[in-house]
Amino acid sequence: MVEAQRHLVDHLGIDRLLAVAGGSMGGMQVLQWVASFPERVRSAIPIATTLKHSPQQIAFNEVVRQSIMADPEWRQGNYYAYGQPAKGLAVARMIGHITFMSDRSMEEKFSRKRKNGGFNKFDPDFEVEGYLRYRGDAFVKRFDANSYLYITKAMDYFDLSDGRLFREGHLPDTRFLVISFKSDWLYPSYQSQELVRELKRGRADATFCDIRSTYGHDAFLVEIEEQTHLIRYFLKRTFDGNGTLCL
Amino acid sequence: METEHFAYEYSGPIRPDHRIIYDMIEPGSKVLDLGCGNGDLGYVLERGKSARVQGIELDEASIYRCVGKGLSVFQSDIESALVEYPDGSFDYVIMNQTMQEVKKADFAIREGLRVGKKVIVGFPNFACLRSRAMLFFRGKAPITASLPHHWFDTPNVRFLSVSDMEDFCAMSGIRILRARYLGEKKEIRFWPNLRAQNAVFVLAQK
Repeated sequence: MVEAQRHLVDHLGIDRLLAVAGGSMGGMQVLQWVASFPERVRSAIPIATTLKHSPQQIAFNEVVRQSIMADPEWRQGNYYAYGQPAKGLAVARMIGHITFMSDRSMEEKFSRKRKNGGFNKFDPDFEVEGYLRYRGDAFVKRFDANSYLYITKAMDYFDLSDGRLFREGHLPDTRFLVISFKSDWLYPSYQSQELVRELKRGRADATFCDIRSTYGHDAFLVEIEEQTHLIRYFLKRTFDGNGTLCL
Repeated sequence: METEHFAYEYSGPIRPDHRIIYDMIEPGSKVLDLGCGNGDLGYVLERGKSARVQGIELDEASIYRCVGKGLSVFQSDIESALVEYPDGSFDYVIMNQTMQEVKKADFAIREGLRVGKKVIVGFPNFACLRSRAMLFFRGKAPITASLPHHWFDTPNVRFLSVSDMEDFCAMSGIRILRARYLGEKKEIRFWPNLRAQNAVFVLAQK
């Protein structure tokens, strides 16, 4: 993925990027940029991400893949003449959306609220059911099932831990702003802290903030104000360097 | 591009203890500021001394203020902040007005001396005359300008004096390169353990 982005950046004639920023899988791409082309990245902003997937993350991705592949409409991947494996892909995305939220944020958003107030076969009655079905169906309209399989696999195989982020004996010139969220249980704060430890070993100039939020992994799309503040002044410092002051 | 100022500047006139530390640090030094708070000290060191400052701070609101001043800062407690750094990563490791809140203070100082060539510790002197008087005459836990908290709301978990720090260094094989002392308003040279409210030590390994 990053190789494709590099081709685009080359094509645009950009030699060095002021900042490479992204959340979740986008954050992995940020880290891959640093690992592959350190001299082209002035600053990096990995958000709610990790150096490698934990078994729990791989497990969720495997359930996601299995729900697509269990749909007979998937046809071993050759479904393009017939249409998407819509059921499987929708279920896959529903699983994803559960992991993007938190217990608390689901309570706040849906509670046990119901639409009709009674048991009516297996129609979606609880609001959370309606939400997940809506999200699943919306996803089918805009996303290709095979792409989802390959992208989740790419995330699972991604691994820049154990000193693979920086080249041996090469002190990085890249500045970092690492952001995580306290209620994110899909990409928990400890994974960002592991990244921070890697940055310390490389003596990188870096900032890390674990933002208080109840939104789970979704927080990186929701907590705008805090991230805006951090990114604005981090970029300003990166761009301007430092002022001087006489005492 | 429109020039935008940083969100925060140094708040008010420079604090006397910041002034002392500021004067100790050579231009262009690499500095780790443990418990950097709002980043005031790092702010003057970066701008006035072209120092490269990395801050460590636990409080989220303080992190926003540090970043708003253009500082690099890690959200972390002090004990776990130092562990991953290679030996000699910094010229100075500063623990100003934070060591008294650290549980493993001896570990923090030793790790500081591993990670930095020199460690600067600034701490309130528990044995200053005012504290002694309050304890002796009124029989109460001291509350002074440098120790402003009640026993029930103090963040301090360590209470030490200038003499205690000297003993600790002698015992641990740590050299005291410099020591400066602050009274209520100005610097003090004589009888620091009795008169100083705050002390700033520069430490190095033997």
